Amino acid sequence: MSDDQQNWPLFEVFIRGRAGLEHKHVGSLHAADGQMALEHARDLYTRRMEGVSLWVVRSKDITASDPDDADALFEPAKDKIYRHPTFYEIPDEVKNL
Amino acid sequence: MSRAEAKRSYPDLGQSERFRYVLRLADTCLILGQRLGEWVGHAPALEEDLGVANISLDLIGQARMLLSYAGEIEAAGRDEDRLAYRRDQNDFLNLALVEQPNGDFGCTIVRQVLIDAWQLELHTWLEASTDQRLREIAAKAVKETRYHLRYSSGWLIRLGDGTDESHARVQASLNDLWKFTNELFSADEIDVLAENAGVAPRLSELHSRWSVRIDEILSQATLTRPVDVSYGWFGKRGEHTEHLGHILSEMQFLQRAYPDVTW
Repeated sequence: MSDDQQNWPLFEVFIRGRAGLEHKHVGSLHAADGQMALEHARDLYTRRMEGVSLWVVRSKDITASDPDDADALFEPAKDKIYRHPTFYEIPDEVKNL
Repeated sequence: MSRAEAKRSYPDLGQSERFRYVLRLADTCLILGQRLGEWVGHAPALEEDLGVANISLDLIGQARMLLSYAGEIEAAGRDEDRLAYRRDQNDFLNLALVEQPNGDFGCTIVRQVLIDAWQLELHTWLEASTDQRLREIAAKAVKETRYHLRYSSGWLIRLGDGTDESHARVQASLNDLWKFTNELFSADEIDVLAENAGVAPRLSELHSRWSVRIDEILSQATLTRPVDVSYGWFGKRGEHTEHLGHILSEMQFLQRAYPDVTW
């Protein structure tokens, strides 16, 4: 693999599995720009009919939470079970919730 | 309305001519697919490895459908494998362009753009052929081919309009390969009979549409269209450059060494 390829920025890939579902993160790849990243994503991640729509975003444009902040960010939600919708009956017809 | 539905009557295409016409299309897909497969594990980036391999697999898929059909037309008991693995060089009828060596990645891309644009116009036309099987195969192939051209032209524009070196390299490959485009549009008696039967397009019309497409891509890639030259290679008549034999020696090795082996 050449040095030039090392210089291609990293992109994160998101696929919508089928109409009505949300895009899900499936992996990452290198490409020179967004257009090339889309084509690479098509070739790498949709070979087995995984999806109907693709998003790519430069990895550096994602602002991620710091694992060290996990206590402060996520612990406070632990004892608030009343926020879960577990007290509702879900109709059988609803496939995705 | 397809040509088949039009009530116009076409002269029949003879069995032997139809066989040879379909075999030309099949062999062009097969040999190009085999050529592109040589990049697997060697492409400039992992992502391109898969991109080129996908195109190769599409082409081999198209070749399988076309070879099976050719075998049925011939009705001599040869199936797709028999036709692919047990014919000698002079019985292959692929365009000489597709047997040319891969060269560097830019050279492969130039060859691919030239043939993708041709196949896109061809498959689009064949969707209305009087030959039902060719219509069905083209309907599937045209979607694949549209992506192939998008991939190859995208790369040609990047390389042509890239650095001084990438520009010089793809221009040199274009100048080198251009002579083989002559064959794409030179009709011989089989092309003329197939055209008269409504099976195949008139190659001069295909040339105009191909030219418009190629000119647009070359212009975006800041490349200069070479001057047309008449050139004597006619792969579709079984007259090949020295490169085809080497492809076949690799592609056919297993069936030659162990006839009828299966797994």
